[in-house]
Amino acid sequence: MIESINSVFTPDNVMYIMRGFANTVLLAAVSIFFSIVIGTVLGIIRSYGNFFLRKLAGFYVEIFRNTPNLLWVMVCFIAAPMPGRFGRICFAYVLFTSAMMAEIVRGGLNSIPKGQFEAAASQGFTLAGTLWYIVIPQCFRRIIPTMMSQVVTVIKDTSFAAQVAFGELLFNTKDLQAKLPTYTGHAVDFTEVCLLYGFAMLLYFVLNFTLSTIMRIYQRRLNAATNQRTNN
Amino acid sequence: MINQILELWRWQDLFSNWPRLLTAFGNTLQVALLALLLSLFLGVVFGLMSTSNKLLLRGISRVYVEFFQNTPLPIQVFFVYYALPYAGIVLEKKLIGILCVGIYTGAYMSEVVRAGIGSIPKGQFEAAASQGFTYIQTMTLIILPQTVKIILPPLVNQMVNLIKNTSTVAMIAGLDLMYFANSNATNGYMSYGPAYLLCGVLYFFICFPLSAWARNYEERLKKRDSQQAKELEKVEEVVA
Repeated sequence: MIESINSVFTPDNVMYIMRGFANTVLLAAVSIFFSIVIGTVLGIIRSYGNFFLRKLAGFYVEIFRNTPNLLWVMVCFIAAPMPGRFGRICFAYVLFTSAMMAEIVRGGLNSIPKGQFEAAASQGFTLAGTLWYIVIPQCFRRIIPTMMSQVVTVIKDTSFAAQVAFGELLFNTKDLQAKLPTYTGHAVDFTEVCLLYGFAMLLYFVLNFTLSTIMRIYQRRLNAATNQRTNN
Repeated sequence: MINQILELWRWQDLFSNWPRLLTAFGNTLQVALLALLLSLFLGVVFGLMSTSNKLLLRGISRVYVEFFQNTPLPIQVFFVYYALPYAGIVLEKKLIGILCVGIYTGAYMSEVVRAGIGSIPKGQFEAAASQGFTYIQTMTLIILPQTVKIILPPLVNQMVNLIKNTSTVAMIAGLDLMYFANSNATNGYMSYGPAYLLCGVLYFFICFPLSAWARNYEERLKKRDSQQAKELEKVEEVVA
């Protein structure tokens, strides 16, 4: 066992896996940032846009909600209008995840009572002002837990990029498994493979579990706050 | 991409492979269906375990849910496909798909079931106990039938996710719909336009009716019954 650990986790190998992990985090972070921005705009259009825009946004959301993420990674890897591999892969995740975010934002906007709009209108707010200062802050407070679980999903889904040979955590792990015999000088055995995949799973797990725990704590506080408000 | 979609001969070339296309589509449906059965079974079992009063059972189901919700499906598939053969366990690709996708989605289903049972008022359990119902009778005759109405929309949404996730099998060359599209897109005439479009359309046609139905059902439930709508919201909060 100790021998296996020493032969699998040499400094170079650990560096290689960690580089994959860094790529996973980078890909997820960039994709999530842009998809929250685009998803919010789409969600607002879907709720308050004119008829034509509303239908268009709905069409976009339905297409991406009902087709696999892996398909879009493959399509965008070949055909996305972006420079560079990283840009094209990001494009796929932004396309797909912004549709999910749009649905989440729409759900949040639906839960804002109509009275808020009427009150804002009575105070002379424009629609844009109402959305920016009054509706969106309330909406985001409500949907942050749901958004966080979507974030976890995106982090997990970045492993689809292994299919197009992007050096993220899953790809590097699998690649290392193939190269391991040349490093160690003997055929790979089951313990070594388990250590390798176990380490990668642990990295994913620690990151995602931390995020979902934070989300759960936030949700509990949010619920407590709303209960207190309704009781008063 | 658009150019390719407009070229008729590429479509003819793609459809000249129709027996393979049919097999691939059949494989996707088969994996999805069997994985669905497995995940529903696991979902109910672990969902019940997570609401039991035995700490050990609750713990086991917690570990199951947390592990599968926080690690990616592809790495689980890769582990089974690339690592288990070293221990002498070699599984057929389709079986790997069914097992991995089924167990993975089972974790989500179990959370849905748990939240559904949690939304049933305590009085129901107490009333059943006072009438001498056993645990199994209480669950199968009283509690679960009532939860079905509430958990149906999130359950169907998980079903859509399951169908989409069967595409992961393509990463181990699993001869499903996605693999068919990808091999047509990257071999021969490289007709990626028609191949990916066809693949997307087929997935869309399976998934869209389900997700549209779930949303309609949910909206109708919200209009009809405000009490159940509240329960549904609670369920969705936990599941989302």
